Amino acid sequence: MFDVIIIGAGVVGCAVARELSRYNAKVLVVEKCEDVCCGTSKANSAIIHAGYDAPRDSLMAELNVRGNEMMEELSKELDFPFKRNGSLVVCLEEEDRPALKELYERGVYNGVKGLRILSRKELLELEPNIQENAVGALYAPSGGIVCPFHMTIALAENAAQNGAEFRFNTMVKKITREEEAWRLETESGSFLSRCIVNAAGVYADTFHNMVSSQKIHITPRKGEYCLFDKTAGSHVTRTVFQVPGKYGKGVLVTPTVHGNLLVGPTATDIENREGTNTTQEGISQLLAKAQTTVKELPLRQVITSFAGLRAHEEGHEFIIGEASGAKNFFDTAGIESPGLSSAPAIGVMAAGMIRDALDLKEKENFIAERKGLLNPAALSLEERRALIREKPEYGNIICRCEMISEGEIIEAVRRPLGARSLDGVKRRTRAGMGRCQSGFCCPKTMEILARELSADMLDITKSGGAARLLVSSVK
Amino acid sequence: MEKRELICIGCPLGCMLTVEIEEKTILSVSGNTCVRGDRYARKEVTNPTRIVTSTLRVNGGDRPVVPVKTREDIPKEKIFECMEALQGVCVKAPVKTGDVLIENIAGTGVDIIATKDVAAA
Amino acid sequence: MKAYDLVIIGGGPAGLAAAAAARENGIESILILERDRELGGILNQCIHNGFGLHTFQEELTGPEYAGRFIAMVEELGIEYRLHTMVIDISPDKKVIAMSREEGLFEIQAKAVILAMGCRERSRGALNIPGYRPAGVYSAGTAQRLVNMEGYMPGKEVVILGSGDIGLIMARRMTLEGAKVKAVAELMPYSGGLKRNIVQCLDDFGIPLKLSHTVVDIDGRERLKGVTLAKVDEKGKPMPGTEEYYSCDSLLLSVGLIPENELSRGMGVEISQITSGPVVNESLETSIEGVFACGNVLHVHDLVDFVSEEAKAAGRSAASYIKGINKVSDGRVIRLVPEGGVRYIVPSSICLERMENKLTVRFRVGAVYKKAAIAVYYDGKLAARKKRLIMAPGEMEEICLEKERLLKEENLKNIVICIEEEKAQEGMG
Repeated sequence: MFDVIIIGAGVVGCAVARELSRYNAKVLVVEKCEDVCCGTSKANSAIIHAGYDAPRDSLMAELNVRGNEMMEELSKELDFPFKRNGSLVVCLEEEDRPALKELYERGVYNGVKGLRILSRKELLELEPNIQENAVGALYAPSGGIVCPFHMTIALAENAAQNGAEFRFNTMVKKITREEEAWRLETESGSFLSRCIVNAAGVYADTFHNMVSSQKIHITPRKGEYCLFDKTAGSHVTRTVFQVPGKYGKGVLVTPTVHGNLLVGPTATDIENREGTNTTQEGISQLLAKAQTTVKELPLRQVITSFAGLRAHEEGHEFIIGEASGAKNFFDTAGIESPGLSSAPAIGVMAAGMIRDALDLKEKENFIAERKGLLNPAALSLEERRALIREKPEYGNIICRCEMISEGEIIEAVRRPLGARSLDGVKRRTRAGMGRCQSGFCCPKTMEILARELSADMLDITKSGGAARLLVSSVK
Repeated sequence: MEKRELICIGCPLGCMLTVEIEEKTILSVSGNTCVRGDRYARKEVTNPTRIVTSTLRVNGGDRPVVPVKTREDIPKEKIFECMEALQGVCVKAPVKTGDVLIENIAGTGVDIIATKDVAAA
Repeated sequence: MKAYDLVIIGGGPAGLAAAAAARENGIESILILERDRELGGILNQCIHNGFGLHTFQEELTGPEYAGRFIAMVEELGIEYRLHTMVIDISPDKKVIAMSREEGLFEIQAKAVILAMGCRERSRGALNIPGYRPAGVYSAGTAQRLVNMEGYMPGKEVVILGSGDIGLIMARRMTLEGAKVKAVAELMPYSGGLKRNIVQCLDDFGIPLKLSHTVVDIDGRERLKGVTLAKVDEKGKPMPGTEEYYSCDSLLLSVGLIPENELSRGMGVEISQITSGPVVNESLETSIEGVFACGNVLHVHDLVDFVSEEAKAAGRSAASYIKGINKVSDGRVIRLVPEGGVRYIVPSSICLERMENKLTVRFRVGAVYKKAAIAVYYDGKLAARKKRLIMAPGEMEEICLEKERLLKEENLKNIVICIEEEKAQEGMG
């Protein structure tokens, strides 16, 4: 019997798991995919929002601002990349000025610090690649960028360090109430738990509706993105939004924390909860929109495009708390933007509720710090030389574009909750994430995975499940 | 009389060649721009041949496979027979470029030779 | 810090030929740095035949062609390091490299030859919509898996792009038992050799769909199929022409890009058109003593020309190291591509440093039938070479003679352009 089972190993599930691992409790995270960070958490804007956008007095606003404030320390504690690069909301039409003003005032009301309205001149001095016809902008210095993979993996690894268990490839089929506990029927066995956390992203309504008569409905809202080569990474320094205007919310243009340029997202409500395909219209639409705020966007430098699904709930508000009529079943549902920014605060809030409900006691030996993967690029030449002398695999470069060595890939596989697939390695090390998009390194990474996992090359997958990369041996 | 149409491979022009044949005798070649087209058409219609290249498994080598080729071109219709004869053949390392790995492949009289060195592991 | 007269980045066909030429021109201290496990570069996975007709007057496979140059380098006793990745080159030619065996090390070079080759354009660069399942490979990656690792990446195949790698892979996959359902080509013509179209597609009844592209990729985990559609003259897919092909793999042969990250890092000027360094008659880049050749300079279609170009770079580097022609004091003649010519390599000539004959290479931007290559010296027609056909997929070359150029007083520009038949008649 577990004390808590968390459904979903996305950033929210992992944040809750990490916060719960502070207490003496038996915690299990079940995930339908082969790894953490495989759904909404892996395909989004990778932005830590300042908090001016969320409606006044909403949970969204509160948790966004709090999550943003927590990010600096959390990123140090858990060793994942985060940068406070600041956000700009660019206003292109005089007639949209009131909307800009409203954003400013809402931000101040929500408790966002340091907000300023910039004149056209100030804006262009700050970001020379903004279109000349911009009339002004809202500047939020507390806006930031993060690596959502590393953030999620860091939370998960730290939870695991503190005793939380993870089961992957474990899809939940059914949830039923037994006398004092919940029973979870999954693809790989059935589990009993005193408490359940529903952190299932676009599937959160499915699980909520299994146990509660107060139904909710989640709509997958597709967002398509284009990622640009690092050579385009300094096209803008801050995250550049557009004032929501007559053409909708607009798209953002932002550097990523790894130095690429990211443009997106579109917003299309769809039916298919696995519908992460990109579309011709989506991509051309977002590139066109981006060019209304940013000039000379280097379109030839696009290295990949992708789509993610936001878990949009009709009320456009986070649903966090015990589901009605379902004792000890806690939702963290409707976590759409600013979900990534809010995740640390959601983790604290949900864990607090569960602590109170189950009367959990704090551990004495909680380990708050987690060390990330060794990053040779951050070392001095001398340190790197010493590293390779000691561990020659760090001298063998596998991914040429991102300069990732065999040593880093091996570590990614061997870590607790280690990589099991090409995408797993990519999310942890960036091998295959560069301009050639794994053309050169894919055969070599597959070989390392096969060796480290004692698996046959034919069983190595791109992303778990049926995503096998090879079909047979030649002859 | 039989008519065959071919694309000349001599250059990027890719002339559409028409060959008229009567009882295995070539009556005419037309559509070509130069003499290479005529020569190609006659050969391709009477005796089309190809070099076949592939790989063979290697045992005890520092590489899993060794690239190979037919030393000379073989009749086009023998290509798949040749590929079949390569199925399941495993050679022992070391292998040297030019080594004969299979003699007289698919009864063509042509040998399969290695096109690369593979050292013993 | 180790020091060499000449450090060559890359041990593929360009690096090997450059090294041999530099040694033959008197340079003793040469080091080739190669990132892969063996010399020969991409030729090692090009196991098909058709290489070397110009260089060796016989038809070799890729590994055999590479083998000849490797043997040459071995015989000349030229030093090389395998499994060695160059991570930085400074403008003063300090090379930082890394390997398992030697760790991180620095080398000071007097001259550097860039011979890193090129990489394939990826799916992302084309913005092909759809899912991102396993089974979408660049043709070269698939070629490596099949020919060097011994694995099949798919059984039912669609290929996008009819460049030579795509065509060669269509045949290779077919011979190994896969079913190649179609080769789609965005352009109304193929970028591949006629010979490959006949012997790789027609021989096996594989349809070539010109003016077609992939508009959707289906399958969340492993590829299930792709949708092809016809495109209009602007390359835009035409609604209503979609056709679904079930397949478990999609191979992309959609172009090659010179790999110039190191060159950019050291501050070498890069051409927007070729994506390779801007070079002069000595194949010297904007940084003195740094030369470039092969696919890192501009993408070639025949390895024979890579070898030839690389030899010229090797000779130039040797002259530079020996201090001959070191200073470019004289007049500089610009080579200007016009009317139908996309680019010219090199882009400038310093007469004092020019060898007696200079091969100038270029590509045209469209298919031209019965047109002529015209060369103008400061607006004056100097030569006209009739060509039955020219295509973007086939590199063109002309030869300039120093003696002839010296006769032109104060020559500033050499224009190369394509003149179609009608224009010629009008001028006649």
